Amino acid sequence: MTEHAVAVTAVPSESLRGRVGMLCFLCSEASFFAVFVVAYLFYVGKSATGPTPGAVLDLGLVGVNTACLLASSVTIGLAIRAVRRDRGRAFVGWWASTALLGVEFLAGTAVEWHRLLRTDGLTIATNLFGTSFYSLVGFHAAHVTAGVLAIAVVLALAAAGKVRRRDAERLELLSWYWHFVDGVWIVVFTSVYVVGR
Amino acid sequence: MLRDTAGRGRTSGRARVSSAAAVLLAAVSGAAAGDAPNRTPSIFEPVSTPATEIHHLSLLVFGITAAIFVVVLAVLVHVIVRYRWRGDDPGREPPQIYGSGRVELAWTIVPILIVIVLFLATARTMGTIQKNRAPEGALRVTVVAHQWWWEFRYPDLGVVTANELHVPVSTKDRPRPVFLTLESADVIHSFWVPRLAGKTDVIPNHPNTTWIEPEKPGLYVGQCAEFCGTQHAGMLLNVVVETPETFSSWIEAQRRPAVVDPAVETGRDLFRSTACVNCHEIRGAGASGDVGPDLTHLMSRATIGSGVAPNDRAHLESWVRDPATIKPGVRMPAMQLPDRDVDAIVDYLETLR
Amino acid sequence: MSEIDSAAVLPAPGPAPLGARLHEWVVTVDHKRLGLMYVGAGLFFFFVAGIEAALIRWQLAVPNNHLISPDAYNRLFTMHGTTMIFLVGMPILLGIANYLVPLMIGARDLAFPRLNAFGFWVFLFGGVLLYFSYVAGEGLYGAGSAPDVGWFAYAPLTGAAFSRGNGTDYWIVALLVSGLGSIATAVNLVTTTLTMRCEGMTLGRMPLFVWMMLVVSFLILVAVPPLTAAQVMLLFDRRLGAHFFDAAAGGSAVLWQHLFWFFGHPEVYILMVPGFAWASEIIPVFSRKVIFGYPMMVAATVSIGFISLGVWAHHMFAVGMGTTLNSLFAASSMLIAVPTGIKVFNWIATMWGGRIRFATPMLFCTAFLLQFTVAGLTGIMLAVAPFDWQLTDSYFVVAHFHYVLIGGLLFTLFAAIYYWFPKATGKLLDERLGRWHFWLFVIGFNLTFAPMHVSGMLGMPRRIYTYPADRGWEPWNMAASIGAAVQAVAILIWVWNVIRTFRRGKPAGNDPWNAWTLEWATTSPPPAYNFEVLPTVRSRRPLWDLKHPEDPDWKYE
Repeated sequence: MTEHAVAVTAVPSESLRGRVGMLCFLCSEASFFAVFVVAYLFYVGKSATGPTPGAVLDLGLVGVNTACLLASSVTIGLAIRAVRRDRGRAFVGWWASTALLGVEFLAGTAVEWHRLLRTDGLTIATNLFGTSFYSLVGFHAAHVTAGVLAIAVVLALAAAGKVRRRDAERLELLSWYWHFVDGVWIVVFTSVYVVGR
Repeated sequence: MLRDTAGRGRTSGRARVSSAAAVLLAAVSGAAAGDAPNRTPSIFEPVSTPATEIHHLSLLVFGITAAIFVVVLAVLVHVIVRYRWRGDDPGREPPQIYGSGRVELAWTIVPILIVIVLFLATARTMGTIQKNRAPEGALRVTVVAHQWWWEFRYPDLGVVTANELHVPVSTKDRPRPVFLTLESADVIHSFWVPRLAGKTDVIPNHPNTTWIEPEKPGLYVGQCAEFCGTQHAGMLLNVVVETPETFSSWIEAQRRPAVVDPAVETGRDLFRSTACVNCHEIRGAGASGDVGPDLTHLMSRATIGSGVAPNDRAHLESWVRDPATIKPGVRMPAMQLPDRDVDAIVDYLETLR
Repeated sequence: MSEIDSAAVLPAPGPAPLGARLHEWVVTVDHKRLGLMYVGAGLFFFFVAGIEAALIRWQLAVPNNHLISPDAYNRLFTMHGTTMIFLVGMPILLGIANYLVPLMIGARDLAFPRLNAFGFWVFLFGGVLLYFSYVAGEGLYGAGSAPDVGWFAYAPLTGAAFSRGNGTDYWIVALLVSGLGSIATAVNLVTTTLTMRCEGMTLGRMPLFVWMMLVVSFLILVAVPPLTAAQVMLLFDRRLGAHFFDAAAGGSAVLWQHLFWFFGHPEVYILMVPGFAWASEIIPVFSRKVIFGYPMMVAATVSIGFISLGVWAHHMFAVGMGTTLNSLFAASSMLIAVPTGIKVFNWIATMWGGRIRFATPMLFCTAFLLQFTVAGLTGIMLAVAPFDWQLTDSYFVVAHFHYVLIGGLLFTLFAAIYYWFPKATGKLLDERLGRWHFWLFVIGFNLTFAPMHVSGMLGMPRRIYTYPADRGWEPWNMAASIGAAVQAVAILIWVWNVIRTFRRGKPAGNDPWNAWTLEWATTSPPPAYNFEVLPTVRSRRPLWDLKHPEDPDWKYE
């Protein structure tokens, strides 16, 4: 066979591989989150005891959080555009704002949880609301945490001057993950704070 | 009594391999030569409307699937015989056929038509069997499944019993379906008496219903059909179908409080002063536990331990001494009673007719 | 491609010391070595779970048997089922795909070789963890205990109140971890298939094997994460006092069933479609004919993939879902018989008009066709919801899915092993022993599982550790147990065949079966880089085109 075969020139591009791989991974993540969303909606209003979502969920705080997370999708997009055009300073600026917005989201969630745990006495073991709320919001927050850590690592590398245009493709994949986590939040927000409240 | 009805519960004398072999084995082991009760809970010998409906549907399904199997088998055998390479002409390859739209369309359309037929038959039978409300004049029974026994409550008749469900026969002129509400006290179980109806799962916090309409008196056996822990296998189920008269007198007997026999006072006192009362109810004897089976008329039942052992003195004694010797894993603990106390308690239990 | 490995294949002066060779296997990222390790680990667990099955059949041979205690028995069938699905089926099908997909599409490795190694080691860790529960299921104090809740672990039996000790936690964590491995490998297979095909290999020219593994990989991506999620919920219930499946606090035992079977039914196709994949390569080669209706086979596979996501509740007809849901799921479950039927007919049509050579791989494939038809037909019976009320959770179901997983999957697996063993090792398995293996296994398998249809219809529920003597089930159970012994003999013959072949098997050459796909174009075993020069193809059967330049495939496709 080999002697008959014509030598092949087209090496499959690394970037295509990364993109398909990332999409597959996000597909499985979506499937994972879907189950927690379904469980949350299934148990809305089925708790045997209080507190209920309507009584304890504060829309003001979570509204700010949501705005920050949505804004971070814009900033990371701008950061990717900057790195593709090899504009290092702009990249660092947008990238750092993304990290800050992510950190704000986590801090906001921490404040919310602290209030729920201390003031309202809602734990994962209190009732079905607590069970499904902490699981769903918690898994999302864990994904935000992972994203913030990855962004922080890149930021450190960028500060050391090690992020170049050739890294744009990999950063783009990281931004896909970030957009995905953002998209999941829209679903979580709708289920928990709009539909289920 | 269960043993009396056992004879009537025998299957018709149809020569089925299984029953023949079962009788043969029983005869060889000398267990009950000649009059071996065949209790095979075969789905092909239905004696109650839901089971009969399913049986009819199953014959249609068997017919269709058997026809498909025969076709596939015939074609495959033909291909194997006709196109087997016999070692001649090694170099030549047979003509290559890449496919045929028309042929493939045929074996897409025909299965779709078969599926439509099957689905219509399925929907029709489902409509007949699935009922959510008790029909007029039905006997209502609440089945509460426990790890690993059955509790039967007759809410309209004020009777509570365990493991042996008594129901009246339903005839053309006196139809008397039995409507069952299924509840679980712990994990998921499944109520299955194959000759009477298909399974319905018994799920905590999710009450289900099913119904039976037995048309022939007899003993019909079944058992829990959803894995429910250690003694899933020991969660047997007996349904005694009786004539309306026998059933009424059974109900009458069950409604009475327990017999008070001064001769067994020692045993009764022991029963009341030990942990027995925490779990078992004996109406009229001051025992009102609701964790284990109601023992008010224990001796009216043919078996103990949810059907795992006959209800006789020897087995009662071992059961009271240490139930795990008969049913390993059972929830009832060994009470560590001295032999004298065991004797006294069994003396007492034997009066609970 | 994988620089780490290329050093290992340079001609070395004499064999390397054992330690060094083992080290090479441990650090390898080569898809072929990882594939073989997957298959090897899967076969190891196959023997373990086989021994468990033998103990089960020993216990059930006669009524009222007290050889095995109820708890020990419940652990046996839980471990048997869990092992066979997650530690035998999954790794072997992923392993074979690992080995063959790059070879068949003319690539040098998978897209992410290190992720591939991660997937394998994570799977192996999960498997070891599951069996470690036998030692540590009680938390290292007292006697050990493996999980005893059944492989689908219905709530609330798995809750902290009913399942004491750590057995169920081991079940959760072990499957969760090995599930991550499966997802990683699925990501890898999809990416490899979509981005690394050699020049000229359009999607429409991929071997059916690759198509089918692509569908399987997608199913893994969609269906395994829900199991992971459900298991996380169960772990929260057990360890953090959450209430997902806690009926006492309003939680739903039925939700677990929906989540589990949303994974569980696609899982059946995740396991079975690879069997179709192997058969679709083997049947044409031994019939000396091109596969009949390639586009239809692809379409049928894709539609099986889609429909399989919408049939899960046919495991739950007895749960009390109501007539509407029951009808919907009955309809979708019957519908899946259509593409499955198309496949069976297309395979038979491939044999029609051919010159069929019944070497061992083809023998296994032929038996598969018939046995899988039986499995499909009993599957239709189970889809008829009212009939299912009688059949579900009885031995009929046990018979049905063993006809799928042994009569279908294991038979095609043996076919695949006899077929590709020479590629992977360079040596041909012995045909005479292969025939003995085949005939004994056909007899043993059918003797074991055909009677179970009957005992199920005579009212025998599954998962009972013993049964009373008055129910007419004895002869059927005795037959099944004898059949199990015959199967064991057949398996031992196969093991002997493999050992003997390793020691003094006939050299295979590059292409012992005169086959048509790219893996036969390279040496046996292939070098670490697979192909010296990456091939170019013009049709679905590149080697046919080479061997028949006067009548190549690309003229007709």
